[in-house]
Amino acid sequence: MKLLKIIKNGIITENPTFRLVLGMCPTLAVTTAAANGIGMGLATAFVLIFSNLVVSLLKDFIPKQVRIPAYIVIAATFVTVVDMIMEAYFPVLYKSLGLFIPLIVVNCIILGRAEAFASKNTPLASVADGIGMGIGFTLSLTLLGIIRELLGAGTIFGVKVMPQAFNPAVIMILPPGAFITLGLLLGLLNKLTAKTE
Amino acid sequence: MEYLGKLFMILLSTLLVNNFVLSRFLGICPFLGVSKKVSTALGMGAAVTFVMALASLITYIIQYAILQALGLEYLQTIAFILVIAALVQFVEMVIQKTSPTLYQALGVYLPLITTNCAVLGVAIINIQEGYDLLQTLINGTGAALGFTLALVLMAGIRERLELSDIPEPLKGFPITLITAGLMSVAFLGFQGLIK
Repeated sequence: MKLLKIIKNGIITENPTFRLVLGMCPTLAVTTAAANGIGMGLATAFVLIFSNLVVSLLKDFIPKQVRIPAYIVIAATFVTVVDMIMEAYFPVLYKSLGLFIPLIVVNCIILGRAEAFASKNTPLASVADGIGMGIGFTLSLTLLGIIRELLGAGTIFGVKVMPQAFNPAVIMILPPGAFITLGLLLGLLNKLTAKTE
Repeated sequence: MEYLGKLFMILLSTLLVNNFVLSRFLGICPFLGVSKKVSTALGMGAAVTFVMALASLITYIIQYAILQALGLEYLQTIAFILVIAALVQFVEMVIQKTSPTLYQALGVYLPLITTNCAVLGVAIINIQEGYDLLQTLINGTGAALGFTLALVLMAGIRERLELSDIPEPLKGFPITLITAGLMSVAFLGFQGLIK
């Protein structure tokens, strides 16, 4: 039960994108289409789960002074693994995510969870936290991707859903669309949560 | 002459057309985090410029003199991030010893630069684009100046936003992101500068 609570915490209560506002660079950069959002989310989730697990297993052996470099090396190892797997099996996705795959290593979510959660909790709980945060991140990225793809290209996951007469607002898939969509979504969320509280 | 022209193009492209923050989305965290005041934005910009220029240079040497020479290209991510972390630490110590005033001004921001994705980003872009040493240096410096430009502009806008009447739910991050979106629209205007 406790594990489920940790997972739910990552998805809703402390959603990394909408609540903690972490990992903004990939969030804004890759969400031009829903599929890219899912790909980036899952790649990050993979790194997050394994780096949380390893950090938690090694927490008693890593000296306090060098913990940050140690966490970065652990994350970089799994990022390299993801990088190779994606290049081999998902070349199209790999190409559209490009630079942002190696940059997962400096995603604040990874280091943030290692420091705030995995270094203080059991391996099992840390994996649960990784799964929760990973799903939360993937869902937010997919949501952003869907909105931008729908308005910017009239499609969702590459399938045309808007009527013929719809004139796509290309600006939504250009950089400004990313900032504005996320800004408005955050504002909307603030408004909704302010009401329930 | 042609070479000089290319250098200038790289500088212009990375500074304005492909501005790191507003069109490549690199370094968003410090862009949102330390853009509340113009003076701190300038300090952060200076620290980042220094580190990015140095990091471009060193990662270039590492890539071609060590990784490629030994056939270890797959270690690029790990090697680069370690070098950057060490470099930031080193720069911090040097500044602390040589110029305590500068250290005081930059103090808090220096360690943060390690996780600034713009630094690792520019190092990887340099390699991907196949730049030579001088081009790498220009690209690194230009990217950092572009970052500083966006940061300072944003800080200037935010100082004024403080005094204006913003709808409650949009306060803080949301309005900052929307402002960044509008700045990004303005920067789209530079698109036509380079083919």
